Amino acid sequence: MPDWRAEVRAAIAHLNLDPAREQLIVDELAEHLSDKYDELIASAVREEEAFRLVLQELHAQKLGRRTMPAGWLPTGLRNEVRVAARLLRFNPGFAAAAILSLALGIGVNTAIFQLVDALILRTLPIPSPSTLASIETVHVHRMGRSVAPQQDLSMAQWKQLQQQRQEPFSSLAGWSTERFDLGRGGEARYADGLWVSGRFFQTLQIQPALGRLFSERDDYAGCGARGAVLSYAFWRGEFAGRPDILGQQVSLDRQVFQIIGVTPAAFYGLEPGRKFDLAVPLCSEPVMHPADVWSNSSTTWWLTAFCRLKPGWTFERASAQLAAISPAIFAATLPPQYDPDIAKSYLHFRFRAVPAGAGFGGVRAAYEYPLLLLLGISGLVLLVGCANVANLMLARAATREREMAVRISLGASRARLIRQLLIESLMLVIGGSFVGLALARSLSIALMAMMGAAHGEIFLSLAPDWRVLTFTAGLAIITCAIFGIAPAFRAAKTNPGIATKTAGRGLTAGREGLLLQRGFIVSQIALSLLLGCSALLFVRTFQNLANLNAGFDQEHILVADFDTAPLKLHIQSRLAYRRELLSQVRTIPGVVAAADTAIVPLSMNRWNEMLDFPGTRRDRELSNFSEVSSSYFRTLGIPLIAGRDFDETDNVQSPPVAIVNQAFAKTFLERSTRIGETFGVRQDAGKPDKMYRIIGIVGNTKYRDLREEYAPIAFIAETQDVEPDLDCTMLIRSNEDLAALISSIKAVAARVNPELVLNFSVLRTAIRNRLSRERLMAELAGFYGMLAALLTMVGLYGLVSYGVARRTSELGVRIALGATRSEIMTMIIRETFALLGIGLLAGMILVATAGNALRSLLFGLKPLDPLTLAAAIGAMALVALAASFLPARRAATLEPIETLRAE
Amino acid sequence: MSGRVFERELKKGSAELLILSLLEARPRHGYEISKQIEQRSKGVLKFNVASFYPLLYRLEARGFIEGRWVEKAGQRRRRYYRLSPQGKKVLKAQRSIWRDFVNAMNRITEAENA
Repeated sequence: MPDWRAEVRAAIAHLNLDPAREQLIVDELAEHLSDKYDELIASAVREEEAFRLVLQELHAQKLGRRTMPAGWLPTGLRNEVRVAARLLRFNPGFAAAAILSLALGIGVNTAIFQLVDALILRTLPIPSPSTLASIETVHVHRMGRSVAPQQDLSMAQWKQLQQQRQEPFSSLAGWSTERFDLGRGGEARYADGLWVSGRFFQTLQIQPALGRLFSERDDYAGCGARGAVLSYAFWRGEFAGRPDILGQQVSLDRQVFQIIGVTPAAFYGLEPGRKFDLAVPLCSEPVMHPADVWSNSSTTWWLTAFCRLKPGWTFERASAQLAAISPAIFAATLPPQYDPDIAKSYLHFRFRAVPAGAGFGGVRAAYEYPLLLLLGISGLVLLVGCANVANLMLARAATREREMAVRISLGASRARLIRQLLIESLMLVIGGSFVGLALARSLSIALMAMMGAAHGEIFLSLAPDWRVLTFTAGLAIITCAIFGIAPAFRAAKTNPGIATKTAGRGLTAGREGLLLQRGFIVSQIALSLLLGCSALLFVRTFQNLANLNAGFDQEHILVADFDTAPLKLHIQSRLAYRRELLSQVRTIPGVVAAADTAIVPLSMNRWNEMLDFPGTRRDRELSNFSEVSSSYFRTLGIPLIAGRDFDETDNVQSPPVAIVNQAFAKTFLERSTRIGETFGVRQDAGKPDKMYRIIGIVGNTKYRDLREEYAPIAFIAETQDVEPDLDCTMLIRSNEDLAALISSIKAVAARVNPELVLNFSVLRTAIRNRLSRERLMAELAGFYGMLAALLTMVGLYGLVSYGVARRTSELGVRIALGATRSEIMTMIIRETFALLGIGLLAGMILVATAGNALRSLLFGLKPLDPLTLAAAIGAMALVALAASFLPARRAATLEPIETLRAE
Repeated sequence: MSGRVFERELKKGSAELLILSLLEARPRHGYEISKQIEQRSKGVLKFNVASFYPLLYRLEARGFIEGRWVEKAGQRRRRYYRLSPQGKKVLKAQRSIWRDFVNAMNRITEAENA
C-alpha cells in the first residue's frame, strides 16, 4: 500500500500551513486517496496503474500551482525563506526589477552615509578620543595675519598657555600645517607637513610604527632643522616602506631633516578628509621662514592647541578654568603696535575648551551641511524607488490571488500569509542591499574625487564600519516596511471564494487596491517634483556662479608662483629681480600680457587695511588691498575708467600712489573729486598714517569669493614696495597652449636662476575648482532628479498599462458604441494627467515647505523660483505624457469584437 | 462562450449546491460525497481531490457544514460532514434560486427550439 500521507504532505508542504491544520488535511486527503486506490484495485486495475491514476488526481490541479512548484519542504521560518527564494527564482524579471530599484536607492544612500560617517561621525583613531579638547580663542575683530588654516594662537600665546597651566589638562599640545617643497629647485613637489609641539604625539597617545616620535626634548628654542617623523602612508609611498629609513635625510623647503620615526598606519593626522606626510617640531619654524619668522610675530596666528582633560573634568569646567587664566595670557602677549581701541578689544579675548575627539578641519565644515542635505535627498530617491516596488508587488499580488485564496481555504492564517509576503519583501531588500553596498563603494570614491577638487585631495577611509552596516541594515528594514507591508496586508485580505472562480477580476482591480496604487504614484510624482526642483535649483546655482561676471576675463590666464627664497636675495635687489623676471616672461612668444600681483583674485585670500580719509568724517574704514605691477589691469581685462595705470615713474622715491575700483570710489569718495584724492592707511600704534594719492579708477572685480558683492579695493604699486616678499605671483595671459607656455616659463626661470622654485595653476580651473561644492550638489541632485523621474515614469507606465488591461471590455464597449480612437487616447491621457495634477499639487506643497533647507546653498535665486518650478512641472508633464502614451495608443487600437469575445 | 467554459462555470457555480444537497439526507465523508456526485451525474460531474477539498473546507469555514472524525468498528477513521442549521437555510435558498434559473433557461431554450 503506497504511503498516501507522505504524498499528500509533499503536495501541500509548500503552502506552509500551521502544523495541526496540515495534519488534519493530510489525514483526510490520505483517506480519500486510499479509498480511491482500493476501489481501483478492486476493479482489477494493476497496482502501478492504480498508483499512477491516484497520483494524477492529486496533482491534477496543483494547489497554488501558478507560483508554487511542488516539493517537500520543512515547516517553519526556514521553509518560508525557501519558498520566497524559489518564488523569486521563478520570477526573475520581477526580482531583477525590484532588486535594481532598491539597490540604486540603497546604494546612493549608503554612499552618502559612508562619507557622512567618515567625515562627521567617526572619531580620531586615537585612544579615548572623548577626552580630547581643542582650545579655541573667542574673539571679535582680531588684527593681524593668518598664515595657516590653524589660526587660533600666536607663538607668544602658545608659550604663555604652556606656562600658565593648567589644572584641567593632563597634557597640552600645539600644532599647525604647511606645505613643504621636497624638491631642490625647479617645479615644486609638495608634501603635506605638520608643525607639532614636543608633547603632540604623547597627548594623542600614539605609539610609533617605527623608530620614535617627538618628545619635549625635540622641541626647544633654536633647534634648527633636526628630526622629522613620517606618516605611515608617506613612508610606504615615498620610501617603499624600507625599514632602514631611520637616520636618513629628507629635504623640506631646502632644509635637511633626519627621519626619526614613522607613525602608525591608522593615524592620518587631526583633520578628517586630509592626510599628512610628515611632521616637524614647532621650534624648526624660524629656519624655514628666515625672512619672516612666524614665531617672532605677536600678530601672526598660525597655531591651534589641544589637550587631554583630566578625569572628572567636563568641557564646561575646563572652559571656565581657561576663561579664568585668559586675562593674564592676553595681557602678557598684547602686541605693542595695537592702538588703544584694538588693544582694549584684545584684552577681552577668552579661551575655551571644546570637544575635539572627532578631529579638526575645514573639509568637515564645508561639507557637513551639503552631505546631510544630500543624505535627505537620496532618502527621497529611495522612497520613490520603494513606491515603485510596492506597486510592482501590488500588481503581482493580483496574479497571486488564487494562491492566497487556496491557502486561506486550507486554513493558513492571515498572519502567516503576511509573514510569508514580508519575508519575500525582506529577501528582495537583502538582495538590493548587497548590490547597493557594492555600488556605494564606487560611488563614494567618485564623490570624494568631486569634493576634493576645491579642498585639495580628500582622503577618507571608506572601510565599512559598524555604523555604515547598521545604517544600511536599518535602511533595508525601513524600506521593506514601506513597500512590503501595504501589499502584504492587501493580499492577505483575499476573499477565499476567489479560489474557485477562474475568470475572477483581480482583487487589485477593486477600488481599494487601485486607490493604494494611485496613492503610491501620486506620492512618487510629488517627491519627483521636489527632487526635480532641487536639482534644477542646484544646477542653476552652479551655472550662475560659473558664468558670473567677476569683472575680469578669467580665460587664458596662467598663474605662476616664483619662490626666490633659495636665492637669498638682499631686500634691495628683490624689486630689480622681479622686474627682470617679468620682462623675460613678457618676451615669451604668445604671451599677450603679464603682471605681478600680491593677491590672485578669487583665491580666497584676503588682505585688508584700515583707512582714514583726511578732511572728511570718514576714518577707520576697511578696504581690500592688493599690490600689483603695471599692466595688471590689462592682463585681466579690467577697464581703466579714469586716470592712468602704474608706470616707471612710480618708484620707491616718488610719493605713494594707488588705483581704486569703482566700489571704492562710490563708497568713500565724493563723486566730483576722485582722481588726486588722498587716503591714509593706518600703521602700528604711534606711527602716522601712510598717505596714498589716487591716480586711477578701474572697473569693479570680485575680490575673494564669487558669492560676495563688489567691495572696495585699493591697488598699490609693486614698484613702490620697500620690503618686497621673497615670493612673487605672476598672472600671464597667453593664447598659446598652456603646456607649451609652462615649459617656456620653466626655461626662462632656469636661465634666470636654476634654484627658483616654481608652481603653476590655471586661473579659470582654480576658480572652477572652488565651485566644486556647487558642482557636486548640481551633479548629484541632477542625477537623483533624473533617477526619480525615470522611476516615476516606469511606475506610471505600469499603472496606466494595468488600468488599460483591466478595462479592456469597458474600452471595447466604448469603441463599439462609437468612441473614436483619439477620444479613447485623450481619455486615458486625461486620467493620467488628473493623477499628475494631484501629485504636482502635493509636490508644490513639499517644495514650499522643504525649500528653505536649500536656501543657504543657492546663489542668485530663491528656493521658490517660479521659472525653476515651471520647468520642473513641465518636465513632470513630459514624464507623464511619455508614460501614458504607449498604453493609451494600445487602448485606442483595441478591436471591440475581440475584447467582447474575451469577456 | 465556448461549451467547455460553460461547463466549467456551471460546475463551479453549482458545486456548493451539490455538496449541500448530498448532506441534507445524512452525514457523509469526503470520498463518499465526491463518489455520489460522480455516480448520480453518471460521470458528467467529477471533482479531483485538489479542487474538491478546498471547497469543503470553505463551506466548513463559512459554517454551512460541520466536520468531525468518526471511528467505526472494522473501518478506518473518517471525517464525516453534516449540514448545519445555517447550511440548511442556505441550501433552501440556493435550491430555489437554482430552480428559478433552470426554469428560466428552459423557457428560453424550449421557445428557441419550438
